[in-house]
Amino acid sequence: MSDLDDNLAQREAIEVDRSKGDFKYEENYAFDAGIGLSPSVVDYISQVKGEEPWIREFRQKALKIFDGLPMPTHWATEDLDNIKFDKIRYYLSQGQKAVRTWEEVPDDMKKTFERLGIPESERKFLAGVEAQFDSEAVYSRMKDELSQLGVIFCGPTDGLRDHPEIFRKWFGKVIPSGDNKFAALNSAVFSGGSFIYIPKGVKVAQPLQAYFRINAENFGQFERTLIIADEGSEVTYMEGCTAPKFETATLHSAVVELVALKGAKIQYVTVQNWSANVFNLVTKRGVAEEGAEIRWIDCNIGSRLTMKYPGVVLRGKGARGEVLSIALANDGQHQDTGAKMIHAADDTTSNIIAKSISVGAGRSTYRGLVHIPKTLKNCRNNTECDALLINEHSRTDTYPAISVRGQKNSVQHEASVSKVSAEQIFYMMQRGLSEGEAMSLAVNGFVNDLVKEFPMEYSVELKRLIELQMEGSVG
Amino acid sequence: MSTLAPTAGVLDAGLQHADLAPTSAQAWFNDLRRQGWATFQTLPMPTRDNEKWRFSDARTLSLTGFAPATVPTEEQAAALIDRSHFVARPAGLIIHVDGHCVLRPSLAPELAAQGVKFESLEDALRHHPALLKEYLLKHAAGLGSAKFLALHQAWLRSGYLLHVPKGVEIRQPFVSVNWTLTPGAAVFPHALIIAEERAVVSIQDYHLGATDAEHALAISVCDIHAGHSAKVDRLALQGWGQRTQSFQIDNTCGGRNALITSVNAAVGSRRARLENTVRLEGEGADVRLYGISVATGEQEFDQRTLQIHTAGHAKSDLLFKNALLGKARTIFSGLIKVAPEAQHTDAYQTNRNLLLSPEAEADSLPGLEIEANDVKCSHGATTGQVDENELFYLRARGIPLDVAQELLAQGFLEEVIAKVTDEEGAEALRGMLSAKFHQR
Repeated sequence: MSDLDDNLAQREAIEVDRSKGDFKYEENYAFDAGIGLSPSVVDYISQVKGEEPWIREFRQKALKIFDGLPMPTHWATEDLDNIKFDKIRYYLSQGQKAVRTWEEVPDDMKKTFERLGIPESERKFLAGVEAQFDSEAVYSRMKDELSQLGVIFCGPTDGLRDHPEIFRKWFGKVIPSGDNKFAALNSAVFSGGSFIYIPKGVKVAQPLQAYFRINAENFGQFERTLIIADEGSEVTYMEGCTAPKFETATLHSAVVELVALKGAKIQYVTVQNWSANVFNLVTKRGVAEEGAEIRWIDCNIGSRLTMKYPGVVLRGKGARGEVLSIALANDGQHQDTGAKMIHAADDTTSNIIAKSISVGAGRSTYRGLVHIPKTLKNCRNNTECDALLINEHSRTDTYPAISVRGQKNSVQHEASVSKVSAEQIFYMMQRGLSEGEAMSLAVNGFVNDLVKEFPMEYSVELKRLIELQMEGSVG
Repeated sequence: MSTLAPTAGVLDAGLQHADLAPTSAQAWFNDLRRQGWATFQTLPMPTRDNEKWRFSDARTLSLTGFAPATVPTEEQAAALIDRSHFVARPAGLIIHVDGHCVLRPSLAPELAAQGVKFESLEDALRHHPALLKEYLLKHAAGLGSAKFLALHQAWLRSGYLLHVPKGVEIRQPFVSVNWTLTPGAAVFPHALIIAEERAVVSIQDYHLGATDAEHALAISVCDIHAGHSAKVDRLALQGWGQRTQSFQIDNTCGGRNALITSVNAAVGSRRARLENTVRLEGEGADVRLYGISVATGEQEFDQRTLQIHTAGHAKSDLLFKNALLGKARTIFSGLIKVAPEAQHTDAYQTNRNLLLSPEAEADSLPGLEIEANDVKCSHGATTGQVDENELFYLRARGIPLDVAQELLAQGFLEEVIAKVTDEEGAEALRGMLSAKFHQR
């Protein structure tokens, strides 16, 4: 296939109607919550999971909050109004999975797998042909090694049932159900996700991969994750993958809570590449106690609309928070991302670096919040957000909110918007690169500093993925 | 003695109706004011959850207890005219007290011969109705104060028109001084500045309280229209009494290759809200908007700006600097909006806040909305304290802490003062800022 056809396929990939011929649901499963949202659906989910009454009450209360809260369209995009809450399946139980055959997988998707260098065995899983590949085995091996260290790594149901003394204390405390409409929705219908506890002083050398664990069970669109790093411990958690994940469920709404106790360090890495029909509305927040550190490393490439502003509440003296964010918005996409830093103790520091790229008619938005109240001293924040606009109709917005009081606190915020300079492109084309290659090289250069912060295997795939997204954007 | 009208004040429909001009010659103007009144009735008071009022204390906004004041006595007027000579030889001087024109401008004959108009609004309504019909309140308030602009429109009676025809260059600044005198007075100063092709003009607006004690309501408007290659310099000093509630709702419109420099200083009012919409309407327009303030006590300075680029190759630059003492609060909310067709735009926005007290609060909302791709845009916001080393250096030389702080704060503010090209204007500004430091 020529380059031109390749480019066309790329563009079409975005417009393809996912509802046709992709997935089928097998009917009449024992566990089926049906379509739509009601107290009985919530009861049903709770019952299937065999939850204790307090969890059921927690869910029901959250549903009431969800019903009572308006859509946040007075500041967010009106695209949110296109979500049809009564058309959504809120729970697919074990065994009830979407299936299709490899032949039904669209060509462009197969090509993407090839270009990203995804192993043959994984492709079928990612395309939704096989429910899982060898995740089960990888997960159980990983679990054995971790349990020797005293690390708990399970799902929310197991976590709240088997270790309530650890998890109940923090569950729903970092992000209360009433935090926002989508946090309330998640609190009502959550299933799947990771509950992790790292004991005092344990430093987990290998990153914990959500990938293997979540694939081993049914993937939830309303994931609930809670990570507690006890005093002096360290952990890196990774979720998502660079390969496009095709979904029939158009609404994803996760809640992720992190708790870093005294001196602990948590690094949370996300690569989001949902297909372009997905609303991805996620609430992520961490609490950092004295001397603790929380880092969110966040990369958003897929989805129709992503709204995600990872935050850190710096609750203990000397705590540190950081958000590193990359967003790439192509035609039909809106990456509405950002960061929140709530300083709540002396000597706390926070750093936000956000880079976005808008391609075609894509739109990227940065929203930030930095809050330093009057009782504090010696707090510092640094925020940098840079936006790159590739095409004439590309769009970018920046909306930070900074509030500072107190003594010896300082914040600085800088943002810039630019395009790839014609000189740069000319220089590279002089040396034999095509315009497209030159452009993707320039874009990779723009995000290079941040990509380096991702774990090795992610950063390699990220670069390829950005190249792929840039194809067809020029010429 | 000047007094208040004995009614429900600016919220009284009958009073508003009675205030309309008696002659039918100004029927269109009366209609405009009636329209303003009708709009005012339909709009709600802003609330804190309104994004355009984020961080401001909207709950304590109140329009009750304010009314238009009667004409001041001759002694009162004379005393205030005496205090209005900030510029030794202005091109023209107009003075209002409590919204009544107490000094009508007299133009030098050579300026009048060139067709320059500098008149009170009442005179301009009689002499140049066509010009006013075209330009008066041309733009809606898009930054949150639509209700207050409507009230301004309803009570609009005083102000001035400054019109400089094609090719006329005037070096000396025009000066307008507005005083509030009577406790509870409501004033609605209006400034309309039109500079035609290649005209060069500068204007200084002083908004002052006769004493610090009185509370007043001031809703002011200043619209600048700069034509092709025109050059307009504006200095606005807001020094209303410390208990005043003030709104300044401005439009700054630059045509092709126009150059506008606007410096907005604030020291007065209990709460002051400044809204300035900068419109880059012609290719190559260049608008520079500067803000400077010293906020003390429980003052709230609320600054909302919007730089709209609809034409290509235009430039806008914004710098707002605030020094905060006591329990003061400043809010800077700025947005740069670049339309898809405004390629080759250069737009910048900077907000710097200096906290001189642990209880002061500075909020920043610098925003960008960019829909064209070949642009250079950036914004920056910083909030911090005076540099410890610099403070130490001064104190080691025997300078007391408060003096050292003031010196450093003045150094911090000097960057904006330097943008004022008229020496007398810059001196008046320095004097106001320095007096503010000593008042605390």
